[in-house]
Amino acid sequence: MSVPISACPACDAAPLAAAQAGAGYRGNGQEAHRILLSLPAIYCAACISGVERGLSAQPGVRSARVNLTLKRATIEADPDIEAQDLADYLTGIGFEAYELDGVALSATQTDKMGRDLLMRLGVAFFAMMNVMLLSVAVWSGATDATRDLFHWISAIIAIPTVAFSSQVFFKHAWSALRVGRLNMDVPISLAILLAVGMSIFETINSGEHAYFDAALSLTFFLLAGRYLDYRTRSVARSAAEELSALEVPRAHRLTDAGEEVVPVNDLSLGDIVRVVPGARVPVDGVVVAGESEVDRSLLTGESLPVFAGPDTNIMTGEVNLTGPLTVRVTAAGRDSTLHRMADLVAIAETARNKYTSLADKAAAVYAPVVHLLAFGAFLGWMWATGGDWRVAMNIAVAVLIITCPCALGLAVPAVTTAASGRLFKQGMLLKSATAMERLAEVDHVVFDKTGTLTEGKPQLEALSAHKEDDLSVALALAEGSSHPLARALAGAVRETGVPPVGLERVTELPGKGIVADWNGTEVRLGRAEWLGAQPVGQTATYLKVGTRAAVPFTFTDALRPGAAEAIAQLQKQGMAVTLISGDVPAAVADIAGRVGITDWQADTLPEDKAAFVGQLAKTGRKVLMVGDGLNDTAALAAAHVSISPASALEATRVVSDIVLLGKSLAPLGGSVALAKSATRRIKENFAIAAGYNAIAIPIALIGLATPLAAALAMSLSSITVSLNAMRLRKL
Amino acid sequence: MNVLVYLIPISLLLGGLGLAGFFWTLKSSQYDDPDGDSHRILSDRWDDAPPED
Repeated sequence: MSVPISACPACDAAPLAAAQAGAGYRGNGQEAHRILLSLPAIYCAACISGVERGLSAQPGVRSARVNLTLKRATIEADPDIEAQDLADYLTGIGFEAYELDGVALSATQTDKMGRDLLMRLGVAFFAMMNVMLLSVAVWSGATDATRDLFHWISAIIAIPTVAFSSQVFFKHAWSALRVGRLNMDVPISLAILLAVGMSIFETINSGEHAYFDAALSLTFFLLAGRYLDYRTRSVARSAAEELSALEVPRAHRLTDAGEEVVPVNDLSLGDIVRVVPGARVPVDGVVVAGESEVDRSLLTGESLPVFAGPDTNIMTGEVNLTGPLTVRVTAAGRDSTLHRMADLVAIAETARNKYTSLADKAAAVYAPVVHLLAFGAFLGWMWATGGDWRVAMNIAVAVLIITCPCALGLAVPAVTTAASGRLFKQGMLLKSATAMERLAEVDHVVFDKTGTLTEGKPQLEALSAHKEDDLSVALALAEGSSHPLARALAGAVRETGVPPVGLERVTELPGKGIVADWNGTEVRLGRAEWLGAQPVGQTATYLKVGTRAAVPFTFTDALRPGAAEAIAQLQKQGMAVTLISGDVPAAVADIAGRVGITDWQADTLPEDKAAFVGQLAKTGRKVLMVGDGLNDTAALAAAHVSISPASALEATRVVSDIVLLGKSLAPLGGSVALAKSATRRIKENFAIAAGYNAIAIPIALIGLATPLAAALAMSLSSITVSLNAMRLRKL
Repeated sequence: MNVLVYLIPISLLLGGLGLAGFFWTLKSSQYDDPDGDSHRILSDRWDDAPPED
């Protein structure tokens, strides 16, 4: 499996990187500055050396080290080196690269907890193997002084190991007991402590049975489960952090001294910022100068760009399309629309956190049963032997050890690790620990349209309906602009092989369109209002040649790859599928028809979406909501489980349980089935663990359990459970 | 049985060495990039001489 053992990315790679770079550039004496780049497309040995060589050859770069597991490069450079320049350089030599925000990644910089668990696991493994070796001698018939000696050596190894490695369980158990609750760690801790305590007593009194090996293998197997669980989560967490680190929150602030680049958090009310075309608006504000069009689809779901000029209010998360805008900040950071939305969502979230996972349910039944059984065994044998507490205690400890949930501790993490590893390879990132179980229960899927089912990218329609002359002129005009409609138009026309005409004096008027001179005739391509044309009811740009009536070029939104397949697959699995969008009915109906959804709603407000999802939930449906916009966040939070694409705003990704990393929606179709079989495996694992117990408990109760039997039961059940989980990796 | 006097300490020592080795690999972050490390062996960059410190 290609999940990193440690989620620690660049942390300690730095000294290593310096060593690797060898006798390279040593710096200009100033303190080095660390740059992180994301390299999503690297995969091979040649990529590693290509990137490292390329970066090291750049002026000002002291060292560069690639981490292939995390697809990331760590660079030590002079303070005046800009990350963006290095990313552009790498993209230029063929390695796609993006700047990462080091601050957003800081949480994964030092993965102390993972290392700590691994250390305890290593110690437990060492001690378990050594004590097991000694135990084998005892089981095979060592007696008297030899047996006592082996027990003593085992004790010397086991006591410090348990004190160190099992602390994890003791701490959790104590924190649960202190508030009067029982969790899985309580029986575990009790079993380990009693086993060690009883064994010490037996060793001192030259007894026959010591359970040091059982206490240690219990610790080892359970720590292994703990570690798997932790690693799955930390991989998901670091990938999620990387997504947010990709959006470096900076703004261009205009001051008397000129323009400066500042972090968005440093902006205050009344500041003037410049938003360049193609950039996302960093603040809520009012336009003071400039004209442009803005794409609001992430906020409202409208696919048509909206005009923005002086006195227009614009909001965080909108994308500026054509001309540069100068904006006065009316709300930044915590007060912006985005953050207020995020706060609303936090309230909805708490409702969902009440979901009880299968593991919790099992623990709630299991812990009291085990304690009662062991206690019952103690009382029963006290009575049967007429008060021989040593025999009774020995049997009670054996019951506790044998029932102790080695397999139960591995049952869930082994499956989730395998399943989430598989989903991750397909490009789905599970952020929530219980997302898998909730996904398995889904029976109704609700999709958002713009940006979710569609790419949010326009596609030219009815190309053949236009005259070749018009296409040539339109192509020539469109080539002069970076507006998304113009680019889509140019791309589509160029493919037909129509040559562009020669134009003179091409001028782009932001927020309006492009005007030029064609053999003495004025030609214009742009918005309907500007050309005096009658607007058609869908996304379109208009071409006016001289005084002739304007010709509309209409666009539809391109479907996301895999959308139709995913929906067909979901419907085949018997799930109801609904499309709900804030866009106009015509556009929604068109997309619904193309992907095969019959149940759709248009013109919905964010509250309507959330209410719709809430209504479904009330009728007992388990809703999966897939959406990317800010207008979907409330619905995402209200749904049983939610998915958003990586292109969604951070606020949206935060509320969703699963993030789709790739462009394609195709993995969605199989994911529910995978989640179902994962949940089935978890239940099977519980059954296996229970099966072992059904055999082992009676044996322990009648006093026939030996340390050998305990060791066998524990190892066999743990291995069976792990193997059963492994079956998920290939289906 | 006197041989145990040597054998047990030796086996513990060897196991302990393994454990110390594991600690060392953990401390020097050798588990941070398993994918990269498996590919780096194919690189000829340091074939002639190891990198200097």
